[in-house]
Amino acid sequence: MKRVKTLTGNKTYAVSMCKGGCGECQTSCQSACKTSCTVGNQTCENNK
Amino acid sequence: MVHQYKNNGYNIVMDICSGAIHVVDDVVYDVVALFEDNALDAIKEQLPYGESEVEEAYQEVQELKEQGLLFTDDIYEDYIKEVKERKTVVKALCLHIAHDCNLACRYCFAEEGEYKGDRALMSAEVGKAALDFLVRSSGNRHNLEVDFFGGEPTMNFGVVKEVVEYGRSLEKKYDKHFRFTLTTNGILLNDEIMEFANKEMDNVVLSVDGRKEVNDYMRPTRNGKSSYDIIMPKFIRFAESRHQQKYYVRGTFTRRNLDFSKDVIHLADLGFEQISMEPVVGLPEEPYAIREEDLPQIFEEYDRLAKEIIKRNQEGKGFNFFHFMIDLTGGPCVAKRLSGCGSGTEYLAVTPWGDLYPCHQFVGEEQFLLGNVFDGIKRTDICDEFRQCNVYTKDKCRECFARFYCSGGCAANSYKFHGVIDDAYELSCEMERKRVECAIMIQAALAQERE
Repeated sequence: MKRVKTLTGNKTYAVSMCKGGCGECQTSCQSACKTSCTVGNQTCENNK
Repeated sequence: MVHQYKNNGYNIVMDICSGAIHVVDDVVYDVVALFEDNALDAIKEQLPYGESEVEEAYQEVQELKEQGLLFTDDIYEDYIKEVKERKTVVKALCLHIAHDCNLACRYCFAEEGEYKGDRALMSAEVGKAALDFLVRSSGNRHNLEVDFFGGEPTMNFGVVKEVVEYGRSLEKKYDKHFRFTLTTNGILLNDEIMEFANKEMDNVVLSVDGRKEVNDYMRPTRNGKSSYDIIMPKFIRFAESRHQQKYYVRGTFTRRNLDFSKDVIHLADLGFEQISMEPVVGLPEEPYAIREEDLPQIFEEYDRLAKEIIKRNQEGKGFNFFHFMIDLTGGPCVAKRLSGCGSGTEYLAVTPWGDLYPCHQFVGEEQFLLGNVFDGIKRTDICDEFRQCNVYTKDKCRECFARFYCSGGCAANSYKFHGVIDDAYELSCEMERKRVECAIMIQAALAQERE
């Protein structure tokens, strides 16, 4: 495309419905939160 | 749902429900805004561009829609219901190793470590029982997370060491791996603790608010002296000894330092490469609490910080700012993104005497006492209430573009401001939305650089 650059590639959230939810990831407060909730910056254990 | 915004010269279009993020030119940006409610001819009439330009842009927008990367629907509500009905296991504990502290921080939600109770240190017996509880409550989950938290955990460091040693002894037997984190204010940090932490702690969180005057006002010692002078040389050395990885210097900003980007930059200038700086959570009557009228300045600070991060990255002296970190091609699955933070179900806090609470911020709120590490959870009704929390149970979240990034926000904040766990703390939401926008803009800039 000439006018659009997609930063996320073709992978969408819907793809992760099949294999997602394994629960091996950290809970959000275990990094440096403790008074808020941030999950968008967390790592999927299966993508490591 | 689409969210579009301009920041630092980038036109960004987020397709919220697919997760797709597009950087677009001006024509596409304007076409996207009109696309759903207008036919091509009507769009042409409304926009100040040439016909062929609009046609080309329209075609690209149409293509994205056909690829499922724009104007997608939220299809996850039933899926999240199903995820939430799955049996959960406890995978993380926050151990309150010491309900005591050697600082007197003005904003402390733990009330200088005492959490509405008496000063107390966790015994090794309670710590070990907590790990036993975690192992038997964790099902097939291999990685188990344990935070040594306080108050100040180094005031009871002998127990930290004993609990870690005990944890290691359980790993092989039960096929588990403990990932330990130590959160410390640094006052008692010494070579022995650093050496131990570098061997055993997967992560360390070093509490400091940035510039000396800012830090020392909010984080004085018990006798009113500077904590900065005591901790900073040690934190610098500690971060270096961990090769600038697997740690955070973590600060809190308040309305006394709304120019908090300077505090983050100060920490970066000292050589720290992993930095977190969170807005204080305080009730409106507190003089340090963030107010709605502070938001414009806070947003400007986030913008300033984002630009500085891009600049430093270009100069080869980049650093990570926790709240701007975002993985656009990997990142968590949609179940994780929408199902809440896990407090009260997957993540629990343990008091020095072994009581269990939904998270560290609920400790001392007696109506949230769940049970204890010896007898297990008795109040499963409270856990069920927390389990139900997710973005679809919160009206304020359902239409928010940031819901896939915050998972519905912090239950403790909701309780603090609204008296219920399934509401949202609006000021925090406003700041979260701004941080998401900045984080994505940074990715757009870095992607442009790579080209």
